[in-house]
Amino acid sequence: MAEILSPLDAVHVALGAVMVPFAGWSMPLRYTSDLAEHVAVRAAAGIFDLSHMGEIRVTGAQAGAALDYALVGNLSALAVGRARYTMICAPDGGVVDDLVVYRTADDEYLVVANASNHDVVLAELGPRCAGFDAAVTDESAQTALIAVQGPRAQEIVTSVVAPQDVTAVAELKYYTGLPATVAGIPALVARTGYTGEDGYELFVPAESAPALWAALTAAGEPFGLVPAGLSARDSLRLEAGMPLYGNELDRTTTPYDAGLGRVVKLDKTDADGAPLDFVGRGPLDARKHSEPSRVLVGLEGLGRRAARHGYAVLRSAEAADAVVGHITSGAPSPTLGHPIAMAYVTPEVSAVGTELAVDVRGRAEPVRVVALPFYRRPAR
Amino acid sequence: MSTFPDDRQYTVEHEWLAEGDPATFGITDTASEALGDIVYLELPTVGSEIVAGTVCGEIESTKSVSELFSPVSGTVVQVNQAAIDDPALVNSDPYGDGWLVRVTVTETGALISAAEYQAQNAG
Repeated sequence: MAEILSPLDAVHVALGAVMVPFAGWSMPLRYTSDLAEHVAVRAAAGIFDLSHMGEIRVTGAQAGAALDYALVGNLSALAVGRARYTMICAPDGGVVDDLVVYRTADDEYLVVANASNHDVVLAELGPRCAGFDAAVTDESAQTALIAVQGPRAQEIVTSVVAPQDVTAVAELKYYTGLPATVAGIPALVARTGYTGEDGYELFVPAESAPALWAALTAAGEPFGLVPAGLSARDSLRLEAGMPLYGNELDRTTTPYDAGLGRVVKLDKTDADGAPLDFVGRGPLDARKHSEPSRVLVGLEGLGRRAARHGYAVLRSAEAADAVVGHITSGAPSPTLGHPIAMAYVTPEVSAVGTELAVDVRGRAEPVRVVALPFYRRPAR
Repeated sequence: MSTFPDDRQYTVEHEWLAEGDPATFGITDTASEALGDIVYLELPTVGSEIVAGTVCGEIESTKSVSELFSPVSGTVVQVNQAAIDDPALVNSDPYGDGWLVRVTVTETGALISAAEYQAQNAG
């Protein structure tokens, strides 16, 4: 099957990007250097093409009620202009996908899904919303998503925002969004991201994406903005302790396992104050009130060899047969200068400070449990 | 596409070998570009015996890790400390300052010419 091309494909190719297959799309892995792109986002800013993400609009008088049933969050309580990190779970409580949902109007929400889960989320949302006055529309093909992330993001984005929208865009709080004109293009501008830095995500019509990219890169050049690929995106989100579906989250994992039980709103109620049913509620309620069999932790490597996805976590370097967990994501941290990883481990070894080991290709490397995130951006 | 220096030989595992006494080997720019920015090298210890076609080290980038296969059998006489200290050398100059290991060769492994290596990468 042919890969789907981003509306910015020609831009990436012209920039000399290494293009790779990703969730059915052809996307940029890097432009010049993973490290340089990562460092630029921490120090200045990076621009990312995220057009592979799925955009699904849910509209109608009961759009909020429909999402309250379909997702684990309390979306009817979300104010217009606000965004929420939430999840869609299977009836058994396993995570189908993690999502960001924007309320764009009283009767309208934008659900943003991972590219790898776009089809399954769409397939689940349709039937789950069927009993409500709510229409589910897939807008992924018509929608481009460009992110500008980094400490200089606000200066860069506001420099191409229409004058009447500058103040509102500059004053957007984290996890809010509003419609604005950017480089003459109508956009949903949101203060969200996946890097641990300040930044914006801009949803625009696909055909406008090359013009917006050009305007942002031109405006960003004096600020040190560079195009950044999926490789930098992955190392940035790992430092920020953010989960990646397929690594930290999957159908066998509940939000509680991942330390994200806060997204499950067991206390959500209908207009009359009665508890609201939602898909996965029973098993999630039970899971919340039982002892976990595993816990998601951060690990810092004490040596130089990095643990990678799938490697076994050991009780100690001397007890190579005592497997206490598995690595979900791991890499050498460009910002911290030592290896970092996330792992599911048994609860008794999950306390911060616990010394463990990881089987790195046949040799045990020492690691220590640390609090997440690994990196928190400095106050500015 | 890359062109590969024809003053040396190659392996299908993307190492190059410059014959001599000692012989020198490293990885090709095809390998270094596929890895991305290299941040850590683990090379064999000086004096150790390595065996052609077997793993003798590791090359780690932010994105992935790759095993280093020895193109020859013999005794390691020198490793590139400058590259260990600054692995970016392997990205910037894989055929020169980014060399990895020098070996007194007892036996060579399966080697191919620059043209054959080029053909492998094209295919």
